[in-house]
Amino acid sequence: MTHGSRVKVPALARVEGEGGLEIITSGGKVTEARLDIYEPPRFFEAMLRGRRYTEPPDITARICGICPVAYQMSACAAIENACGVTVTEQVERLRRLLYCGEWIESHTLHIYLLHAPDFLGYDSGIHLARDHPELVQRALRVKKAGNGLMTVIGGRSVHPVNVRVGGFYRAPAPAALRALASELEWARQTAEETVRWVAAFDFPDFSHNYEFVSLRHPHEYPITQGRIVSTSGLDITPAHYDERFTEFQVPHSTALHSLLDGNLTYLTGPMARYSLNHDRLPPDIARLAREAGLENKCHNPFRSIIVRAIELLYACDEALRLIASYEPPDPPAVDVQPRRATGYGVSEAPRGLLYHRYRIQADGTIEDAKIVPPTSQNQRAIEADLRDFTATRLHLPQDQLTHECEQAVRSYDPCISCAAHFLDLRVSPR
Amino acid sequence: MTTPKPTLAVWKFASCDGCQLTLLNCEDELLQIAGQLQIANFPEASSQVIEGPYDVSLVEGSITTPGDAERIRRVRRQSRILITIGACATSGGIQALRNFSGDLAPLVYASPQYIDSLRTSTAIAEHVQADFELRGCPIGKHQLLEVIAALLSHRRPNVRGHSVCIECKRAGLSCVMVAHGTPCLGPVTQAGCGAICPAYHRGCYGCFGPMETPNTKALAARWRELGATDQAVHRAFRTFTAAAEPFRKEADAHDAR
Ligand code: SF4
Ligand code: SF4
Repeated sequence: MTHGSRVKVPALARVEGEGGLEIITSGGKVTEARLDIYEPPRFFEAMLRGRRYTEPPDITARICGICPVAYQMSACAAIENACGVTVTEQVERLRRLLYCGEWIESHTLHIYLLHAPDFLGYDSGIHLARDHPELVQRALRVKKAGNGLMTVIGGRSVHPVNVRVGGFYRAPAPAALRALASELEWARQTAEETVRWVAAFDFPDFSHNYEFVSLRHPHEYPITQGRIVSTSGLDITPAHYDERFTEFQVPHSTALHSLLDGNLTYLTGPMARYSLNHDRLPPDIARLAREAGLENKCHNPFRSIIVRAIELLYACDEALRLIASYEPPDPPAVDVQPRRATGYGVSEAPRGLLYHRYRIQADGTIEDAKIVPPTSQNQRAIEADLRDFTATRLHLPQDQLTHECEQAVRSYDPCISCAAHFLDLRVSPR
Repeated sequence: MTTPKPTLAVWKFASCDGCQLTLLNCEDELLQIAGQLQIANFPEASSQVIEGPYDVSLVEGSITTPGDAERIRRVRRQSRILITIGACATSGGIQALRNFSGDLAPLVYASPQYIDSLRTSTAIAEHVQADFELRGCPIGKHQLLEVIAALLSHRRPNVRGHSVCIECKRAGLSCVMVAHGTPCLGPVTQAGCGAICPAYHRGCYGCFGPMETPNTKALAARWRELGATDQAVHRAFRTFTAAAEPFRKEADAHDAR
């Protein structure tokens, strides 16, 4: 790489959405790394104004086809919070079970079809399938087990129809859920093998001292609820999110950036969840994580594939536990009457913290909505990492550098549809 | 010599990725499809890009920026058959709600001048010719597989324009309007989902958009009898396929503003 140049990856592949990457150098030093997000904005927050308080679960699901349940869950939590309603334990558990389905589906897609091909030298899961059909077949089968949960509970896996504010339209029959258990049991075992498989990959030597942000729950590994905590000691309820986190616009992205306490770049997602909550994993899964080389914190983004595999295993395990103790919520939803208030909801999407806030009027009309998806929160951390990562690699030939940068970005599993949406690398001289 | 496999490209415009995910969700059929078609361009699944022209393009998403209005023309020129997939591509999608309000960018962005966005979200067919369209938010897996099978055997896909009601009856479900008085858009919504909502004791909310020649007026009157307000009728038609003509008109007829 000559000095004073720009590396540009125009249009990143295998990420969800549209974005590019630009590395700007001067005198042989990286001065800036920019994640360009050119996903066309869809203005969801503006579209929600004037709608009914019952509509956000269906409407916001359409922000992302990969993690619609996350949107539905954060939306329900926020609106129920505004209306002063707490759902029953049975509803809460069924929500968690549905959410496990989404974690299984999304993590498997990313581990096997989007991320592993990088470590194994393939362009895609489809190319991987030519040489290793058994690997891709097992991935598709695990993914299907996750989709099966979403289909039985939600009616379909993309934009489930059965979720409503207060709970569900219809509680699935216990037999229909029990029928999924044997595939999930198989998926659980396969997830264990997956952990061992990805742990043996060759990881670039790179690490960053992240400020992690995730939910934290008194007993559970966080999925649907909890307090918002961070590495440096943040510990707040969702209602205080806006006091600590600020979003702002940058010219190269249609996704807003976010900072903690005015100046802290932070990371949410599997690495953050694991690092802040590994003590909430069942002992056998925590042990496997250590065997797979994870310490109490994970600071190498390339190794996030191991964390995802651990969370995949956890989601299968948790789903089996929830199915075994399932009692259909009766009634399937609690009554939620509107009142004039603001409500806050946070849940752990497969890619990290997803925050919703709604202000509703006494008649149930939405006055104002705010949604902060994980990828927009992570943009700054991704850019900071790319700056460090490329600094020691500028001597590489352009196509190799491009490939390594793309791989670095893919380790965050950015969802650019969510953030606004994807990647294109440019290294540009100033 | 074997004939080369037909090439398939998948394109994304303003959308949520859910419709293309439906292709990846065909777990049992995906590897078989990959064996019969050459997946030449599918950026969300593969970093390999094979140059066009392509035999078949699947297009997800709607047109919302000047750049995309140009890009869809290039996609059309490179594609022998162009199939639009999903509510976004076939009607403008949920983001077409912007077509009915003022400029939304200032409500979301502090510096809207950086945002290069059109005031409307429009269907692909308003810009270029679409050879076939698949409805749904998201599209149904069975319909997608039928379209691919039809393409491979050079026949017209068997995807019909009847209503969700017919599927609901076929599935032996009891009508949610008759049995529970729940307002349902099934009588005017295009089939394809398998009547999922009624199966979950919920009224259809129209995510597949209008069927062929829907009687929206009669259905709206029925909703009013069931106690739905004019605003509720307005909102029902103005959500996931708001810009589809019959739904747009019916929503206008109940606009309380
Ligand atoms: S039609 Fe619906 S599912 Fe398909 S891309 Fe658009 S929003 Fe997503
Ligand atoms: S019943 Fe209606 S809203 Fe429900 S999935 Fe089918 S078309 Fe969509």
